[in-house]
Amino acid sequence: MFSYYLRLATMSLRSTPAMTGLMVTTIGLGIAVFMAALTVYYLMASNPIPEKSDVLFAVQLDAWDPDRPWDDNRPDQPPPELTYRDAMAMRDSGIPTRRAAMHKVGLIVEPGREGVRPFKALGRLTDGDFFAMFDIRFIYGAAWSRAADDQGELLVVLGEEMNDRVFGGEDSVGRTLTIDSRDFRVVGVIERWHPSPKFYDVNNGAFDESETMFVPLGVGDALEMYSEGNTNCWKDEDIVTFRDFADSECVWWQFWAELETPEQVAGFRDYMDNYAMEQQALGRFQRPLNNRLTDVGAWLDVRRVVRNDNKVLVGIAFLFLGVCLFNIVGLMLTKFLGKAPQTGIRRALGASRRAVFAQQLIEVGLLGAVGGLLGLALAWLALWGIKLLFPGFEHLAELDLTLVGIAILVAVVTTTIAGLYPVWRVCRVPPSAYLRLQ
Amino acid sequence: MLEMKHISRVYRTETVETHALRDFNLTVEEGEFVAVTGPSGSGKTTFLNIAGLLEEFTDGTYLLDGEDVSGLDDDARSRIRNARIGFIFQSFNLIPDLDVFDNVDVPLRYRGFNALDRKRRIEASLERVGLTSRIRHLPSQLSGGQQQRVAIARALAGEPRFLLADEPTGNLDSEMAESVLDLLKQINSAGTTIVMVTHDVELAARAPREVHVLDGRINDLPGIHDGSAGGAPMRVAAARL
Repeated sequence: MFSYYLRLATMSLRSTPAMTGLMVTTIGLGIAVFMAALTVYYLMASNPIPEKSDVLFAVQLDAWDPDRPWDDNRPDQPPPELTYRDAMAMRDSGIPTRRAAMHKVGLIVEPGREGVRPFKALGRLTDGDFFAMFDIRFIYGAAWSRAADDQGELLVVLGEEMNDRVFGGEDSVGRTLTIDSRDFRVVGVIERWHPSPKFYDVNNGAFDESETMFVPLGVGDALEMYSEGNTNCWKDEDIVTFRDFADSECVWWQFWAELETPEQVAGFRDYMDNYAMEQQALGRFQRPLNNRLTDVGAWLDVRRVVRNDNKVLVGIAFLFLGVCLFNIVGLMLTKFLGKAPQTGIRRALGASRRAVFAQQLIEVGLLGAVGGLLGLALAWLALWGIKLLFPGFEHLAELDLTLVGIAILVAVVTTTIAGLYPVWRVCRVPPSAYLRLQ
Repeated sequence: MLEMKHISRVYRTETVETHALRDFNLTVEEGEFVAVTGPSGSGKTTFLNIAGLLEEFTDGTYLLDGEDVSGLDDDARSRIRNARIGFIFQSFNLIPDLDVFDNVDVPLRYRGFNALDRKRRIEASLERVGLTSRIRHLPSQLSGGQQQRVAIARALAGEPRFLLADEPTGNLDSEMAESVLDLLKQINSAGTTIVMVTHDVELAARAPREVHVLDGRINDLPGIHDGSAGGAPMRVAAARL
């Protein structure tokens, strides 16, 4: 009977085009607003590395101002970044399976390719472990070794986009690329990788695209690379040279550790605390011991990557959907009561109340599905508008298959719920009431 | 076939109580063709609704085919309506969005017949009422007489043993009314029991048996007509005196 009911539903919807159009538009608008808000929220709140998020830990050490917490509003929070020397000390523990200190850098690239002028690109100075730790796949080549990090070898791993730009997408491993007036050897090209949120560095644009050039950690020292991201200092210090800066109490390094077992976590925690106490003895770390290891999920919460106003926005959008559905109830009631004589005929001819209920519910579901499709189209338009207005939201305003599925499901389920009352009302009426007997 | 004993039907509102039927007794034997007449508001419609299991009654006993139908749930009543009762309405009550084929198909769908069986029954039924050539027409493309024939085909497609007709010729001109009545007589001759509610004295007179309803009761003893248009009106008229 399902296909029969579906055919009847299609005919019924087509027989009252104005009413159907009004209902579909109402559902579509509700779904569009809801989905646009949900899409942004969903992409903001999604786990960017679900397969490893519980073994990857952001490292925080509280070497901040003894007189004032890092965040007055959340005095329990240590700074989200480390000083140069603390980051280097964390690298030396030998406990994590992998670890990477890192910061954002600005690099001047001279492609040496006809027609491509020198340009500035964002890169990341980091350990070679970065790639394996974050499960980044290589198209060509591989990551550099730890020795290369320590020795500051002039090596570079390119993102796919950058390789397309400077080498036309060819296998560029072994080729030379001039960066900051030095010749770097390409050792690998990674697939497009733009985790959202950019969990490994939420301090510098949590929803920005990832960098497309990566250079070994030691290069930073050799070429005296300052951070292109946030740098925070609390102490008056004479900083003249790069070395002064590296030795200062300014925080500008992110640090991630891959700790696969509870023993590793406990061991690394001890290491951090011991280090802090040792530093206390040397006159640093004058605040109460407050070192933290935070996994990816908790890190996104702690750093408030998804702001509360986004959640409020989703709530308001859901309320708007509710208002649309409330209107739908009235429209459906009008429609179904208008068609009640036909329902009466069917009842007289042997349709049970249950059969009529099922038939009309399928019509409601179909209405919801069509409304959902319109809603998707409108949501797509809305997201396109968001992208135009807010350039930073490019990859936060894209509908994926999951969201398309959610949109259709929400449309069908909510419309069906809204349709229950009108359908029930019509089914309750005795068939004789609508048959013009005599 | 149909046996109603002391049936009553009371409609209640907050302020008014209306007795549509009271102590209503009627027996219709298998194969009969009975005309039910009476003025507006006499209870004919209520009788027809109850007879067709479209409405419940307040008190009394109703046996259909020997089965007590009081207290049956909606599913059971729907099944009986679908399998045993055919309906013909004054205003045809075809579904305007469906063509002739699909209109006749409606009761068969709820009966659970397979597609082949349904097609065979629909075609046979339409052939019986002479409308095979209009199978894909919408009701709006048919004359009143043709629409009523479609309604009859729909009522017959499930081969019910009991046909309830409500003013079947009420919206038709005399020529078409005549042909519809002939058709009903043929159907009755083939063994289907017919109960026809009508205002039309002449039409009622053509039925072999007529019962008169007044104030919710059978008002006169059922008489037997000879089925011709001639002598019957006298009996009806006499019954009303």
